[in-house]
Amino acid sequence: MASKPRVKVPKTAAAGEVITIKTLISHNMESGQRKGKDGNLIPRQIINKFTAEFNGQQVFSADMHGAISANPYMEFTAKVDESGTFKFTWVDDDGSVYEADSEIAVS
Amino acid sequence: MNMNRRQAMAMSAGAVIFASTGLSSTGALASAEDVDKAMMELAGGKMPEAGKVSLTAPEIAENGNTVPISVEVDSAMADGDMVESITIYADGNPNPDVVTFNFSALSGTAMAATRMRLAKTQNVVAVAKMADGSTYMDKKEVKVTIGGCGG
Repeated sequence: MASKPRVKVPKTAAAGEVITIKTLISHNMESGQRKGKDGNLIPRQIINKFTAEFNGQQVFSADMHGAISANPYMEFTAKVDESGTFKFTWVDDDGSVYEADSEIAVS
Repeated sequence: MNMNRRQAMAMSAGAVIFASTGLSSTGALASAEDVDKAMMELAGGKMPEAGKVSLTAPEIAENGNTVPISVEVDSAMADGDMVESITIYADGNPNPDVVTFNFSALSGTAMAATRMRLAKTQNVVAVAKMADGSTYMDKKEVKVTIGGCGG
């Protein structure tokens, strides 16, 4: 259902810098409000949780509802004091988990 | 119901386009009261104060399926001055809940942006919850143009 998480994290930063991170994942985000061709409601299937971790510590998370657009986009900031890896996780209503990670060199 | 041909045409055209946006009017829509209730719950029984939060949303959204919004709280995000979360509500959608952003000391700033769905012209509300329990809000009306039918 979902595919291709895309994340934009700067490759380098100065210690203590606040960087902007942008993420996007392809997903229908079926809201549960639409009717299918047979006139019945199409059951909800969305990504309900997004988290961003840096070196194992939580930076940012979002709890999403049906009102988030298809292909959910998230933009947020992080303060980096050391080099390391960002790990991004998306959780689907059906239990699937999608992941992406990105490294940053801090000087 | 008494209506002339022009009104009937406008209504049926509106209904078709409304349904095709994916946010059709199945069931009841949320109301401002629902949002007030949710805010009171979040704020622990009182209304959040205005201020500190700034919500950015377009005045007019041509496509209610993807409306860019961003929200920011004026905060140092350091000891004693932390934003715990920002919750977004929409008072004219089928479900008033939109999203909750949770921040941490590693966030650096209390800022987030995303894209949301709006079923019709309505108010979008952002409520920020600070680490000390106080709450602040901002509200923006977004006019949603559906096709060329106005709205």
